[in-house]
Amino acid sequence: MVDQVAILGVGMHPWGKWGKNFVEYGVKAAEDALKDAGVAWTDIQYVAGGDTIRNGYPGYVAGATFAQALGWNGAQISSSYGACASGTQAIEAARVRILAGLCDVALVVGSDTTPKGFLAPNKGTRGDDPDWLRFRVLGATNTTYFGLYARRRMSLYGATSEDFAQVKVKNARHGLTNVNARYRKEVNAEEVLSSAMVADPLRLLDICATSDGGAAMVLCSMEFARRFTTNPVTIAGISAVTPTYPSTVIEMPNFSTDSAAAVAMPARPFRDSIAYAAYEQAGIAPEEVNVAEVYDLSTALELDWYENIGLCPTGDAVKLLRDGDTTIGGRVPVNPSGGLACFGEAVPAQAIAQVCELTWQLRGQAGARQVEGAKVGITANQGLFGHGSSVIVKR
Amino acid sequence: MKKRVPAVDGWLNIDPAHPRLIGTKCSACGSIFFPREAVRCRNPRCGSPNLEATELSARGTLWSYTGAEYQPPEPYVPRTNPFQPFAIAAVELAAEKMVVLGQVDGVGVKDLKIGMEMELTLDTLLEDDETETITWKWKPVSGGSHS
Ligand SMILES: [Zn+2]
Repeated sequence: MVDQVAILGVGMHPWGKWGKNFVEYGVKAAEDALKDAGVAWTDIQYVAGGDTIRNGYPGYVAGATFAQALGWNGAQISSSYGACASGTQAIEAARVRILAGLCDVALVVGSDTTPKGFLAPNKGTRGDDPDWLRFRVLGATNTTYFGLYARRRMSLYGATSEDFAQVKVKNARHGLTNVNARYRKEVNAEEVLSSAMVADPLRLLDICATSDGGAAMVLCSMEFARRFTTNPVTIAGISAVTPTYPSTVIEMPNFSTDSAAAVAMPARPFRDSIAYAAYEQAGIAPEEVNVAEVYDLSTALELDWYENIGLCPTGDAVKLLRDGDTTIGGRVPVNPSGGLACFGEAVPAQAIAQVCELTWQLRGQAGARQVEGAKVGITANQGLFGHGSSVIVKR
Repeated sequence: MKKRVPAVDGWLNIDPAHPRLIGTKCSACGSIFFPREAVRCRNPRCGSPNLEATELSARGTLWSYTGAEYQPPEPYVPRTNPFQPFAIAAVELAAEKMVVLGQVDGVGVKDLKIGMEMELTLDTLLEDDETETITWKWKPVSGGSHS
């Protein structure tokens, strides 16, 4: 078990398709997090930015971009990129700095302005870039990989398109009153099942959109937190692991898996190992989790995560869903925020937003979507090119 | 006769009589890599620089599959106008103990079933006046018509 850091404040800019500069979303989220914490911007000693790669140079140096927009205060900075896991990389940078005693209070910010449609690779011809080649040679989009997992779950564990639709129905209901969610509308299974097929067996409403949005957190040492609160939400564990060779499940953007011909498969496949590392660090068991925010890039993928984070044995995710265990009011609600189904993905902000939601849940401030009595929460996410991402919070 | 070239240099044997994916095999530990690994064996306990070209099995079983119902964004180049949906297969190779992706040749998702035997075929990826760029595809061994 490692020492904890406190989450003193959280804030978000609502998700949507606002078409503004990403910096504006980040600044709004940062202002809200600072206000929530009761800490002045000028007292922040470290700024950790989550990078966006779709907004030019300011996006690559997000930490400095946000620091400048808030007004240079001489803080130390970093900018992190880990694809969808960028937010967790930024949180971890700040947390490690605090645990090392190099600063008392830090600001973490991620925000994005995203283009319409499929996420595509950067422009230019790059014959040695697997991300470029998979589009060129295979026509494989991100949804291709989600489709492969979904079909596999249907074949192995008897999941149905109706089950996938029910994930969307659940998350749409969860997010109904979430002011930060982009989509706040009930969806019924029939609407999902009659939406356009995109990546068989996944339909348009099974797949999350891309959105603009921003999220921020103020992290501090436990000692610093005592000036403000006697009972802060804390970070108990963070996992940002890579896979262990050989990684034998096909992962975006790869053409193949590793080969297990010479070296046996590791004890845990990559996605299982992500949460496992966070649990180990936190000294918390999956049975203790009260609420989870997982990366539902597709409805079917949410079911995969139930098993990956240990909410149920492999193959039982559909049973968990059908039994209502993962619905608010059930044993362990998943994506009470509404998840990516209601948000759409704002890449560098999303992993931070997951932790913001858990913070509100553990403080009992989640309003109509409150998970009663939640004391322990976990986030799970994965960035392409082997970025694990899981944060365990407790109160 | 147009010049035939592989979709990615060194990734596949485009001999119509002997279509094969080409990976590399570590001489020290036997690990196999596709796409080819040329600098260092990625087995973290090996790391040998001795990697030799090796052809992968031309048959495997269907691990999973999906369809591309909408035209993928650039740099994908559609072969038809309007765009024709296609299937993508993930095929597990028994000897190599690995899964390799490929577009599906000739049939759509409705003709596929996890566990069925698949074989490697060649097809045209791109074409201009001088050059035909050849890629690999997967095709069910039994059933399914060749396009
Ligand atoms: Zn080796």
